[in-house]
Amino acid sequence: MKKILLVDDEPNILLSLDFLMKKNGFEVFIARDGEEAIAIAQREKPAIVILDIMMPKVDGYEVCQYLKSQSDLSHTHVIFLSAKSKESDVQRGYDMGADLYVTKPFSTRNLVKQVKELA
Amino acid sequence: MSLQWLILISSLLYLGLLFGIAYLGERQTQRGKSLVNNPYVYSLSLAVFCTAWTYYGSVGQAARQGVPFLTTYLGPTLMAPLWWIVLRKIIRICKVQRITTLADFLSARYGNNISLGVLVTLVCILGILPYISIQLKAIGASVDILLTHSGQKSTLVTWTNDPALFITIALAGFTILFGTRQVDVTKRHEGMVTAIAFESLFKLLAFLAVGAYITFIGFNGFSDIFSQAQAVPHLRELFTLSPSQYADWFWLTLVSLLAIFLLPRQFQVAVKENVNERHLLRATWLFPLYLLLINLFVLPIALGGNLLFPEQSVDADTYVLAIPQYFGKDVLTVVAFLGGLSAATSMIIVSTIALSTMVNNNLLVPIWLSGKSIRELKRERINRALFNSRRLTIIGILLLAYLYFKFVSGQFSLVSIGITSFVAVAQLAPCLLGGIFWKGGTYQGALSGLLIGFTVWFYTLVIPTIVQAELLPSHLLEQGLLGISALRPESLFGLTVFSPLSQAIFWSLLLNTISYIGVSLFATVSVSERKQAELFVDVFQYSPSTLSPLEGAKVVLTADIEELLAKFLGRSGTRTLMKNFYQQYRTKPQREADYRLVSYAERLLAGVIGSSSANVMVMSVVRKDDLLLEDLFRVLDESQQLVYANQKLKQKSRELEQLSQQLKQANRELQKLDYLKDEFISTVTHELRTPITSIRAFCEILQDSPELSPEEQEQFLSTIIKETDRMERLINQVLDLEKFESGTQQLHLQLVDINQVIQEAITTVSQLVKEKDISLQVNLSPTLPMVSADPDRLIQVILNLLSNAIKFCNSSNGYIRISSYLVEGVVKVNVLDNGKGIPAESQEMIFEGFFQAHNQTTKKPVGSGLGLTISRKIIEHHRGKLWVESEPEQGSKFSFTLPAPPIGRKLSY
Repeated sequence: MKKILLVDDEPNILLSLDFLMKKNGFEVFIARDGEEAIAIAQREKPAIVILDIMMPKVDGYEVCQYLKSQSDLSHTHVIFLSAKSKESDVQRGYDMGADLYVTKPFSTRNLVKQVKELA
Repeated sequence: MSLQWLILISSLLYLGLLFGIAYLGERQTQRGKSLVNNPYVYSLSLAVFCTAWTYYGSVGQAARQGVPFLTTYLGPTLMAPLWWIVLRKIIRICKVQRITTLADFLSARYGNNISLGVLVTLVCILGILPYISIQLKAIGASVDILLTHSGQKSTLVTWTNDPALFITIALAGFTILFGTRQVDVTKRHEGMVTAIAFESLFKLLAFLAVGAYITFIGFNGFSDIFSQAQAVPHLRELFTLSPSQYADWFWLTLVSLLAIFLLPRQFQVAVKENVNERHLLRATWLFPLYLLLINLFVLPIALGGNLLFPEQSVDADTYVLAIPQYFGKDVLTVVAFLGGLSAATSMIIVSTIALSTMVNNNLLVPIWLSGKSIRELKRERINRALFNSRRLTIIGILLLAYLYFKFVSGQFSLVSIGITSFVAVAQLAPCLLGGIFWKGGTYQGALSGLLIGFTVWFYTLVIPTIVQAELLPSHLLEQGLLGISALRPESLFGLTVFSPLSQAIFWSLLLNTISYIGVSLFATVSVSERKQAELFVDVFQYSPSTLSPLEGAKVVLTADIEELLAKFLGRSGTRTLMKNFYQQYRTKPQREADYRLVSYAERLLAGVIGSSSANVMVMSVVRKDDLLLEDLFRVLDESQQLVYANQKLKQKSRELEQLSQQLKQANRELQKLDYLKDEFISTVTHELRTPITSIRAFCEILQDSPELSPEEQEQFLSTIIKETDRMERLINQVLDLEKFESGTQQLHLQLVDINQVIQEAITTVSQLVKEKDISLQVNLSPTLPMVSADPDRLIQVILNLLSNAIKFCNSSNGYIRISSYLVEGVVKVNVLDNGKGIPAESQEMIFEGFFQAHNQTTKKPVGSGLGLTISRKIIEHHRGKLWVESEPEQGSKFSFTLPAPPIGRKLSY
C-alpha cells in the first residue's frame, strides 16, 4: 500500500482528502503544519505529499525545499494544494520541484486521478 | 667698512630682495599657487598705509605734540568694523564694473563723466605728489643724518649726495617692471603685492626692534622712560591731553578714517588688488592689530629722544635712526634705516602705480582718443602706446615728486604734508559715500562738491605753506584775501575756535557735502547716471548679467564690437573672449549685438582704458541717433523688472517644488491605499476559497460515494453547512466594513444599559467558555449611566473581544476577566486574557484587517480576520475609542470607551 502524506491546517479539507485517499487505497498520514509534515515524512518516507502552502510555523514551500534537499526524500512526489493562485506562486511551486500545483477549490475527481498516475 | 658703504650695500641688497620677492610672487601666480590669495598677505598689504610718516614722522610728532599722533591710526581702526559694509561694496562694484582706480570709480558712478574723472585725478595728483615727495625726503634725510652724525659727510661717492635720486630711479624701475606687465589693468599685480606685504612686515619688525632696544636696553623699560619724562615739565605735557586738542582729535581722526579707503594707494591694495572679499573679514582685526603694534614704541622713542637730545639738537623726525646711532649700534642703525626705506618705498610704489593708472585712464587716454576715429587705430600701436604712456607716466610722477622734494618740501615736516594729503583725498568722501549709498547723487553735485572742497582745501592748507615759503605776501594770512578778515585762510569765516588745520577740514568737508547734496537735489539726472546709480547702490541685488544694459541703442553690429575689441585686445584674444561670452550667456553669434554683448565689451575695454573712455569707445560704434529717451527708460525698467521677476520666479519655483512634494506624498499615499485595497481584495477572495474548497470537495464526495454510511453523510453535510455559514459571515463582514468605510452605515442609537449587553454576550459564549475550561471573571460596575448606542453593534464588539480572548487565552488554564466602570466621564469596558500577548510593533496592525493572514504563512485559527477592524469602526462611530494594551507572555487587555451622557440625562432615566 502506497503511503501518502496530507498536509493542511484546515481540518475540513484534511477530512475530505483523508476520505478520498483512503477510499483509493492509500495509507494516509496527516500533518497540521510544516514542522509535523517534515517529522512524518522523515519517519514514513511517503511516496506522495499533498501540501498546502500557508500553514503555521513552517510553510509548504519550505517543506518542499526540505524534501528535495534530502537524498532519501528527494524522489517524493509533491503536489501543492493551495489557495494561492497567482501565476508567480504556481511558478515558484514548480521551480521547487513539485510534480503538480493544484489551486483551491479543486476537483476531487481530477486530483484522485492525478495522484493515482503519480503513484 | 665705512657707514656709507654699509648703507649703500644694504640698500642695494634690500632692493634686490624686493625685486626677488616680487618676481617670486609673479612666478607663483603663474604656477597657480598665488601667494596673495590669503587674508594675511592682504592685511599686510593694507599696511602700506604706514609710510615714512608713521616710521619717522609719528615719533617726530609725538616728540613735539605728544599723543595726537595717534589720530592717524585711530581713524582706520574705528573704520575697520565698517569695512564689511563700505569697502566690500566698493570691491564688489569694482569687480563687476572692472574699475581700477578712484577716478574711474567716481566717473563711472556719475554716468561715465569724463570731467569728473579728470578732476578726481587732479585732486589725487595734487594731494599725493607732495606725499610721495616726503617719502623721498625721508630717505634722503635718513641717509643724511646717518652720515652727518658719523662725521662722514664729505665724501667722494656721489650717490650719497643724492640718495633720493638713486632710490627714485630704482623705484621707477621696480614699478615699471611689476606694475605694467599687462595691458589689462584689472589684472592684479601679485608680484608687487607680495613685495609690499613683505615690506610691511619688515618695517614693523625693524621698528619694533628699534623700539624694544631703546626701551629695554637704552632705558630700563617703559616705566623708566615715562618716569624720567614725567620729571621734565614740557615732556609731561606730551602724554596728557589738553581740552584744546579735542577738536583736533576729532577732525584728524575723521580725516584718517576717510583716508584709509580714499588714498589712491589704499584703494589700490584694498580694492583693486583684492582677491577675495572674505579676506576683509580677517583684515578687520589684523590691520588694527598691525597699527597697534607699530605704535607701541612711538611714545617711548619720542620721549627717549627728547631725553637724550635736549635743546632739540636732533630733528625729532630722525630719532628712530639717531638713537641707535647714539648708542653706537651700527647693525641696529642699518636695520632701522632699512625699515624706514621699506616704509617709504612701499608707499611710493603703490601710489605711483595707482596714480599712473588714473592719469592714463582719465587724462591721457581720453585726450588721445578724442577726435580720432576708431578705424584709424591699429592694435599694435594701441598696445605699444598704452604701455609707453603708462611707463612714461610712472617716470613722470616720480620725477615730479623728486623735483617737489628738491625744491619745495624741504621745509615742511613729514606729518604736515601727510595730513594735507589726507585732507585732499578726504574731499572725495561725500561723492564716493553718497555714490554708493544714495541714488540721488548726481554728477553736477559731485563736481561742485569736489570743486568747492578742493578750493577750500587749497586756500586753507596750501596757501599758508606758500606764504611760509615767502612766495606770497604774509598779509594774506594776517588780513585775509583783499583784506577781508573773513577770508583769512587759517580762520575762514572767522572761525577761530578750531586750530587752522581743524577749521580747514571742517570748512572743506562741510561746504563740499552741502554742495554735493544741494546741487544733486536740484540737478536733473541723466539716464546713464540713473542707471549707474542703480547699479552702484544696489550692486548686491544685480547679477552680472543684468548689469549695464546699453541704453536703447538699437543697432550695433557684432562685427563692429569685435573690431573694436580686437584693436585693444588682439584678434585671437577677442575670439576667445567672444567665445566666452557666448558660453556664459548661452547665446549664438548674431548680426546685431544685444545689450549684453555691448556691456560685456564695455567692461572689457574698461579694464584697458578706464570706464569713461571705454564708454566713449563703445558709443562710437553705436548709432547715436537711435538713442531715444524712452528706450533708455524702458531698458532700465526692464532690468529692474527682471530683478523683480527673477525674485518672483524663484518664489514661484519654490512653491511649485513644495506643491510637487505634496503631490508626490499624496501619490505615495494613494499608491499605498491602492495597494491596501488590492491586498484586501486578494485576501478576501483567498479567505473565500477555503470554505468553497471544503464545500466542493464534500459535495463531490457525497455525489461519488453511494457507499457512505449515514453517519458519514451526516458529518459531511454538516461540514458543508458550517463552511457555508463561514462564507456568509465573511461576506457580511466585508459588506459591513464597506458600509463603515463609505459612511453609509447607520447606527440605530438608543439608550442602552451596557452591563446588560455584556451579560447577553457572556451568555452567548458561555458554552464555549465551559468547553475550553476557561475561568471567566465578570466585574461590572452597578452604577453605570445609560449610554447612547446601537445595541446590536455593541454586542457585536463585545462578542468579538470575548471570542478573541477565548481563542487566544492560555490553553491549559485560560483566564478571562471582563469589567466595566465609569471613569472621567466615559464608560470603559475591559476584556483581559492571559494569552501570549501581542508584541508592541503589532498592536496597531491587528486593527488593520487580515493581520494574521498577512503575517504568517499560517492561517488564523478561526474567524474572518476582520473582527477587530469592524469593532474599532463601530466604537469610533459611537465617538469612543478601542485599543489594546499588551506585553508578550503577559496577556492582552482590550479596552473600549463610550461617551457617557451628561449627568442630567442620566437622572431622567
